[in-house]
Amino acid sequence: MTSVTVNGRRYNVNLPDDTPLLWALRDELGLTGTKYGCGMALCGACTVHVDGQPVRACQTPISAVSGSKVTTIEAVGNDRVGRALQAAWVDMGVPQCGYCQAGQIMSATALLTRTPKPTDAQIDEAMSGNICRCGTYVRVRNAIKQAAATQSGAAR
Amino acid sequence: MSAARPDGVTDRPLEILNLSRRGFLQGMTAVGGFVLAAGFASEARAADPPKYGADGMPNGWVDDPLVFVAIAPDGLVSITCHRSEMGQGVRTGMPMIVADELEADWKRVRVVQAPGDEKRFGNQDTDGSRSTRHFFTPMRRCGAAARTMLEAAAAKRWGVPVSEVEARNHEVVHAKSGRRLGYGALAQDAAQQPVPARDTVRLKDPSKFRYIGKGQLKLVDGPAMVTGKAQYGIDTRLPGMLYAVVARPPVYGGKVASVDSAEALKVPGVLKVVEIEQSAAPAQFNPVGGVAVVATNTWAAIQGRRALKVVWNDGPNGSYDSAAFKAAMEESARKPGKVVRDNGNLDAGMASAAKKIEAEYYIPHLAHAPMEPPAATVRINGSKAEVWGCFQSPQATKDLVAKRLGLQPADVDVHVTLLGGGFGRKSKPDFAIEAAVVSKAMEGKPVKLTWTREDDLMHTYFHTVSVEHLEAGVDGQGKPVAWLHRSVAPTLFSTFVDGAKNEHALELGMGVINVPFDIASIRIENPEAAAHTRIGWFRAVSNIPHAFAVQSFVAELAAAAGRDPKDYLLEVIGPARRITPEALSDTWNHGESPDKYPVDTGRLRRVVETVAREAGWGRSLPKGRGLGIAAHYSFTSYVASVVEVAVDDAGVITVPRIDVAVDCGATVNPDRVRAQMQGAAVMGLGIATLGEMTFKEGRAQQDNFHTYEVTRMSGAPRETRVYIIPGDYSQPMGGVGEPGVPPIAPALCNAIFAATGKRIRRLPIRDQLKA
Repeated sequence: MTSVTVNGRRYNVNLPDDTPLLWALRDELGLTGTKYGCGMALCGACTVHVDGQPVRACQTPISAVSGSKVTTIEAVGNDRVGRALQAAWVDMGVPQCGYCQAGQIMSATALLTRTPKPTDAQIDEAMSGNICRCGTYVRVRNAIKQAAATQSGAAR
Repeated sequence: MSAARPDGVTDRPLEILNLSRRGFLQGMTAVGGFVLAAGFASEARAADPPKYGADGMPNGWVDDPLVFVAIAPDGLVSITCHRSEMGQGVRTGMPMIVADELEADWKRVRVVQAPGDEKRFGNQDTDGSRSTRHFFTPMRRCGAAARTMLEAAAAKRWGVPVSEVEARNHEVVHAKSGRRLGYGALAQDAAQQPVPARDTVRLKDPSKFRYIGKGQLKLVDGPAMVTGKAQYGIDTRLPGMLYAVVARPPVYGGKVASVDSAEALKVPGVLKVVEIEQSAAPAQFNPVGGVAVVATNTWAAIQGRRALKVVWNDGPNGSYDSAAFKAAMEESARKPGKVVRDNGNLDAGMASAAKKIEAEYYIPHLAHAPMEPPAATVRINGSKAEVWGCFQSPQATKDLVAKRLGLQPADVDVHVTLLGGGFGRKSKPDFAIEAAVVSKAMEGKPVKLTWTREDDLMHTYFHTVSVEHLEAGVDGQGKPVAWLHRSVAPTLFSTFVDGAKNEHALELGMGVINVPFDIASIRIENPEAAAHTRIGWFRAVSNIPHAFAVQSFVAELAAAAGRDPKDYLLEVIGPARRITPEALSDTWNHGESPDKYPVDTGRLRRVVETVAREAGWGRSLPKGRGLGIAAHYSFTSYVASVVEVAVDDAGVITVPRIDVAVDCGATVNPDRVRAQMQGAAVMGLGIATLGEMTFKEGRAQQDNFHTYEVTRMSGAPRETRVYIIPGDYSQPMGGVGEPGVPPIAPALCNAIFAATGKRIRRLPIRDQLKA
């Protein structure tokens, strides 16, 4: 039995310790917004925040997060930056199939939280772990910039 | 249109059907079972007069408002989308067409996904870039007929002539008296009105469109997609659901020799091991067989599979080696093959030429790799079954699951979720049949069967592999007078027809046979190639190798002639003219009418000229940078692209900018046209630079994204500009989902040539430019 805190709620998960957080979230807790894409931390579809840091849930055993706070796409909108990114994503029509976008938004939220006005190179570095097979990268980049602009406007 | 139930539940529009029309439609399109694309359909009914477009597809089209529209008493309009959403925006675009003609207020519209049922909804095969071009007119009529019924209901209630009332923004207005009634208040009465005869339905003048062509509406699924609420096939959850993964034969056509499941069954959570029978070759849409592990969660199933000890019998494809096969295809390409088009006199043309130029191009197997791998859930209850999943072909899913379970198709409900990418992979419902077999073995309990990424890459319906051999005879000015193209590639029909070795008409019609070039002598040959793995269609299909070869070769000829590649390309295309497909020996023509859809070189010229102008063709660039251009006609649309490349001293490629001009006729949702072109540019770059599936001893050698690389943010163009040629709604529309892909790889390689003088003839580029 492992105890994990996800989106502010504590859960007791009756799965082997080495079970990846991804499958605990999806199959056990029913939080299917976090996506499976590769199982090897190669595609970023399963990105969640653990204590505010972006991690790949498919390579994170539940035992490693028992004392941590996990945030998933379902709750990232409670965060000011996350909400701004979601709004920019909708406004700029970023998603095509939409499947990878949860992971994209989680990575982008971590980026903008750390670096409110990222350069193109910083966007490349933070986002290149997230594959989008539909090829929405141009709009992902522009939406990050738009959200960054609204955030700096809000901060003034 | 149907009145919604009083409790407000409108998910299933009431089945108030116009029986005589339904009967007519069913009779017109009675084709048993699933049919692969339009190619099979037309062959199967060769004796019938040819049917084109949506008429030629299995189960045709339906435009009945009683099927697609439901209005609740509170005015909420539910519009059913019968095509599958996989990123092309069809769940926004298709209902938008209905809503526009219906004069519905988009804020009071919601979209309902149709289950798989083509007799009711018309063809649902979401592939071939067909949804909009086949259903624009039926969906307009559907919305307009519903509007007419609302107007008739209002006129009746007021006792005024129907000519005095008008539907406007979700209400019907009687201008003379100032009376108005909302759609909700009229819904019950409108549903009792007769559906107007099709030829009496008054469509809007396009100048009155409020949504079509405007691009102001956001995606209906956008908010759900960015909050984790969107439901894909892999997200299905049912009470008591079990989870399964399958160990499949590593070689296509192989089967289980023996299984030792003792260790697998010891894995916590593993419940059962179930053998899935191998289907006889050709596999068609059937499972390739294997061993399923059923567990209480996905991870346990994956762990259980890891613990399985399976001995495989590889069968006849166990020696498939893609490197050896490349050499064999090259040998075939250098000898005459089946002549599939022969205009003029090639031999005389070659003999008279001042110079002969030849080149050979190689394009490897590819895997679709949709971000959501295939996943399906099946639950069986006695003689009925339910299926949930990410299906591009819900009717084939229904038919084949029913067949495998020995049920009637009418007793199998297929619920279509969102698709996390499709690209042709999810046209093949083998994964649903697997889930059905496993559910049956688990006494009908709901089973979600998930393909891992490894499964997806190693067991997909691979894009073919091809060698394209081109020869041209040029005159003293370097203009081609003779053109020979030998295309060698295993056909995707090998997956459906045992022993098929020649490209099918629909593959030839994808940019090899139907090159609309102004060259006196053209011969196209297709030497045989056997398939040794499961081949299927991948976004843009055979256009990928054909356009790569043809558009690279034209640029090579331009370089040999010392000419500007864009000017030379226009010269080879020749003057504006409308060429009938028959003149190009193209019997397929995308399943479209040769009269409505000739090959229009004027439109091809226009996209070339447009993209060249907008991209600043000829602008001076720093060292190591270059511009390349390519144009291609596919899925009845015309696309030209200019790629700007930067190649550094280490041979590393970056792409600062891509410009795309597209002529797909008039558009419904121009923002989605732009999105498709932007996405296609990224996929095209990935094909050009990274993507390759290879085989050794029959086994796919790439199993995840570290070995099968796809384009990432860092490798994507920094900027992609899209120019949409304005269209006319009275003219036939073109496809959008696929035509953006083919020009990218040749445009990139032409740009690399401009930047470095190096000519790439083998994809992917990978480290070919590195010192």
